[in-house]
Amino acid sequence: MPANPSPSRKLLEKLARERILVLDGAMGTQIQGLGLSEDDFVGHGSGHACRHHSEHPQKGNNDLLILTQPEAIEEIHFKYAMAGADIVETNTFSATTIAQADYGMESAVHDLNVEGARVVRRALDRATAIDGKPRFVAGAVGPTNRTASISPDVNNPGFRAVTFEDLRKAYSQQVNGLIAGGADVILIETIFDTLNAKAAIFACMEAFEATGVALPMMISGTITDASGRTLTGQTPTAFWHSVKHSRPFTIGLNCALGAEAMRPHMTEISGVADTFTCAYPNAGLPNAFGQYDEGPEDTAKQVGEFAREGIVNVVGGCCGTTPDHIRAIADAVAGVAPRVVH
Amino acid sequence: MSRYLRLSGLEPFVLTPDIPFVNIGERTNVTGSARFRKLITARDYTAALAVARDQVENGAQVIDINMDEGLIDSKAAMVEFLNLIASEPEIARVPVMIDSSKWEVIEAGLQCVQGKPIVNSISLKEGEEQFRHYAGLCMAYGAAVVVMAFDEQGQADTYQRKIDICARAYKILVEEMGFPPEDIIFDPNVFAVATGIEEHDNYGVDFIEATAWIRQNLPYAHISGGVSNLSFSFRGNEPVREAMHAVFLYHAIKAGMDMGIVNAGQLAVYDQIDPELREACEDVVLNRKPKTGGTATERMLEIADRFKGGAREEKVRDLAWREWPIDKRIEHALVNGITEFIEADTEEARQNAERPLHVIEGPLMAGMNVVGDLFGAGKMFLPQVVKSARVMKQAVAVLLPYMEEEKALTGGDQRQSAGKILMATVKGDVHDIGKNIVGVVLACNNYEIVDLGVMVPPQKILETARAEKVDVIGLSGLITPSLDEMVHLASEMEREGFDIPLLIGGATTSRVHTAVKIAPRYTKGQAIYVTDASRAVGVVGQLLSETMKPDYVAGIRAEYVEVAEKHERAELAKQRLPLTSARANHFKIDWTDYKVNAPQFFGTRVIEDWDLAEIARYIDWTPFFQTWELKGVYPRILDDEKQGEVARQLFADAQDMLKRIIAENWFKPRAVVGFWPANAVGDDIKLFADKDRNAELATLYTLRQQTSKRGDSPNVALADFVAPIGTHDYLGGFVVTAGPEENEIAERFKRANDDFGSIMVKALADRYAEAMAEMLHQRVRKEFWGYAEDETFAPNELVGEPYRGIRPAPGYPAQPDHTEKVTLFRLLDAEANTGVQLTESMAMWPGSSVSGIYIGHPDAYYFGVAKVERDQVLDYASRKGMEIAEVERWLAPVLNYVPA
Repeated sequence: MPANPSPSRKLLEKLARERILVLDGAMGTQIQGLGLSEDDFVGHGSGHACRHHSEHPQKGNNDLLILTQPEAIEEIHFKYAMAGADIVETNTFSATTIAQADYGMESAVHDLNVEGARVVRRALDRATAIDGKPRFVAGAVGPTNRTASISPDVNNPGFRAVTFEDLRKAYSQQVNGLIAGGADVILIETIFDTLNAKAAIFACMEAFEATGVALPMMISGTITDASGRTLTGQTPTAFWHSVKHSRPFTIGLNCALGAEAMRPHMTEISGVADTFTCAYPNAGLPNAFGQYDEGPEDTAKQVGEFAREGIVNVVGGCCGTTPDHIRAIADAVAGVAPRVVH
Repeated sequence: MSRYLRLSGLEPFVLTPDIPFVNIGERTNVTGSARFRKLITARDYTAALAVARDQVENGAQVIDINMDEGLIDSKAAMVEFLNLIASEPEIARVPVMIDSSKWEVIEAGLQCVQGKPIVNSISLKEGEEQFRHYAGLCMAYGAAVVVMAFDEQGQADTYQRKIDICARAYKILVEEMGFPPEDIIFDPNVFAVATGIEEHDNYGVDFIEATAWIRQNLPYAHISGGVSNLSFSFRGNEPVREAMHAVFLYHAIKAGMDMGIVNAGQLAVYDQIDPELREACEDVVLNRKPKTGGTATERMLEIADRFKGGAREEKVRDLAWREWPIDKRIEHALVNGITEFIEADTEEARQNAERPLHVIEGPLMAGMNVVGDLFGAGKMFLPQVVKSARVMKQAVAVLLPYMEEEKALTGGDQRQSAGKILMATVKGDVHDIGKNIVGVVLACNNYEIVDLGVMVPPQKILETARAEKVDVIGLSGLITPSLDEMVHLASEMEREGFDIPLLIGGATTSRVHTAVKIAPRYTKGQAIYVTDASRAVGVVGQLLSETMKPDYVAGIRAEYVEVAEKHERAELAKQRLPLTSARANHFKIDWTDYKVNAPQFFGTRVIEDWDLAEIARYIDWTPFFQTWELKGVYPRILDDEKQGEVARQLFADAQDMLKRIIAENWFKPRAVVGFWPANAVGDDIKLFADKDRNAELATLYTLRQQTSKRGDSPNVALADFVAPIGTHDYLGGFVVTAGPEENEIAERFKRANDDFGSIMVKALADRYAEAMAEMLHQRVRKEFWGYAEDETFAPNELVGEPYRGIRPAPGYPAQPDHTEKVTLFRLLDAEANTGVQLTESMAMWPGSSVSGIYIGHPDAYYFGVAKVERDQVLDYASRKGMEIAEVERWLAPVLNYVPA
């Protein structure tokens, strides 16, 4: 059964032709700010006790907070919505069996994705009740902590720690959970290995075919350093050619670079892509302590330039950005004509 | 955004209109490059990567990767190579073309590349549903795709078929599935022209015109093709091939061909081709009448040799060697297998020699030593050696009368041979091609051969060995009961006090069997397994050398002890299941809704209207080359770097004989086929005499795998593939034979001192029987049983058994019990209907015969029962009403225990 585009896709495309849309900012920075302990993570100190058990400590397993601290997570999503985000991401960057294996929490994966989408939905409904603006839940799909194109063993370059099939299965479970929880968009992000992303795309297509409804996909790669390539060596255009078959709502870049360093690569993608583009850079580069200290105004100024140059349709923030950054970015792009798709 | 084909490796590639032609590198294709094939077979991936790197450095914009070779695990090799390429940025820079005839290999490849590749290829060959399935997967993996102009009827050869199929594929892809048209690359099939067959003359024009039509009518799609096919009939003449390719591309590119698998380093420049050659090329490519008259092909053939260039001069009939001194001429004739002048040359040598024996011991032996050295060094191949032997025999035949005369006069001494070797195919077995080949090769090396033929009783072997004072006995056998005959003969040799070496060879023999079962029975001498004819000379040489023998035999003994111990350990480590558990894990088929149509008739039918030419089309040539110890898959073996020339010559010789077989009706093939209502009851298959299944006619007993299985693999028996009582199912049986005539014809060749012809006719008779079995099976599927009426496989597509249903034979892995043939022969009244008889070892005589049963379920497959336990033997014996010891004797090779 071929899948038909979802209503959310039509609405998003209509809005994206009218104005530049805003995506939310970082979860990690906000969660750090809560100062949670191991007990809080597993829901013993505060919050809801997790019904999934693991031998491993859970502190740092941010995705788990969806189940153990749902009110706190909802509050972060709500803040981003009120700061001006049209599209808000679920807190499910690592909610796959592959990534959760580090925490022994594979059994929680389905619940994390279903609840992860629901908690965003609740936050967005509250925001929409206040201002009447439509908002979209983007189910966040991360790269996992393994690469399908690179061997972890330098002496055995043909070896792979994870296969396409492993990834496809894991992503399938995640995407089906996100759809069940009510996600409007699937956002495949921080792609450092395009083959991982192709497995996620494959899983999405299978899931859409099964439900008969094709959610819009947002595809976001990561240019890791000054080489101007992904971790696995692709140029931005090569990356686009590799994922074009997903016919995504947006193609773009996030993470690793601040806006300034990201600009030439976004310009390249904007020049070759026949769909909407999306950029959500970090708040500059981390300092010696691993913290981002680019202020909201600085980030917003650079992202505003992306808008005026006509290379973006959706903007937001990645590591180090806060609701204040998103508010500043939303202000900076307000009234600027969106990039025209050829 | 323009609709261009956009691919990627680490870097993007866009096929824009300013790129006239994309050259796809073919050097990382095992079917296109013998060198690459060798590297992959040898798992030399470092050198294989260097081939890929070279190709990219030399400007390949896309590299084709193909691992389709019988001896390679194509899927594993594809994955391994693509993974390694991913770590080499210099190579991974460009997109790849994942090339395989097997979808599973393509899919495994698609799962390894992060860029956007091209899939080569998919087609409508297996129907629209399968085509949509593969195309859908290409879309989900993000790949462009080569679509072959191939449909359910076969490959498109005419202009009309090419455009019809491409238009149909385009419509399905673009209109129905939303496949991006710019990602479609049509391959309208480049076929060989100038083959001498009139229907082929327009192939070039058909391709070019179809290309133009596709570019005009199927927007954004591209055209590709494998150019080297075009000049297939000029193999060996590279300059002419290169010129033909250049001329073809010149016209095809003008018509819109924008991609191709071409060896860029070997392409002539259109403008620089000799005008006469270019004109001839244009005539054949464009199917024009030459200005000089005649046909384009004739003209091309006329001039081709002149443009051939230096290296292979020898091919042209060069008689310069006739001017050489006599000894050199004889050597040349022997090495090159030329019989034409040998009688005259031998006679001339005899007149110059003091005694006729000196001709043998002089120039003839010297020439054969050269042959032996070349063979030993891998520079000559078996078919050539057998031809050398033919020359030798004819030379000796000239000398024999003179030697007899001399002997009568002087009582003089006879020629000294290097040793005397008795050769025999054991009692109950009729197969002798391998034995004959070994005999010929040994004879070439100055051994005297005493050949007792086939079905030789042990007493005759031993009596002859004693009477003739032979130095070595060589035994051959093809079917499993022959293994026991060999064990028996070894025991008899021990008992009668022999100590001469015993050589063991033939299809079912093995080093393990020899080490475990035969060698321990013959401690006074040594039994030695010989893999193939090319090893025989080395083995016999060492055994008959006073100095080398002790060390050699000691080495073999030590090796066999180790082999036997290792074998025993491995057997102990293998877990066998009790029969009850194996049965519980039987192959499960859901029979609830199973329906299969009834065969056209019940009982038997004799088939006599065999057309020898038609059967020949069904011949699978790969085993033919194996018979001659040339290893490789037909037709690629013809282009093999090392063996290609020999293979082509052998194939040409086979074709010549085939023509005579057909024209002179050498064989009288016969077959019988039968069908019966059938149901499985436990591990047995009951056959019924009537449609209502009231009267039982016979029972076929089957054996079940008892190996401990991993995962959810079942423990299969053939009975699992037949429906249980309550569901209507059927079973067929057949015996085919090429007829007994081959033996007489082979003898005739032998009498004419032509071992080559004698072996050739037997090898072809074997192929005939196998081809008949394949052909009859197809007729059964499409007509007699008719469960696959719509099947459209061409004869050459049947090789991999892609069809529904199986035809297992008693005595082969799926049912190792040869005695089931008795039931089958009785049901078919096979002896009366076909003349085929069973020997006491259940071998079929004449040897070129095939039998088996037909099972029709789509899930049925070939398997090996492997070793069975005593519990199953007891059960089987009681089911079958046979003595346990009797069952154990027939199943000896597959028993997992030592019988009491």
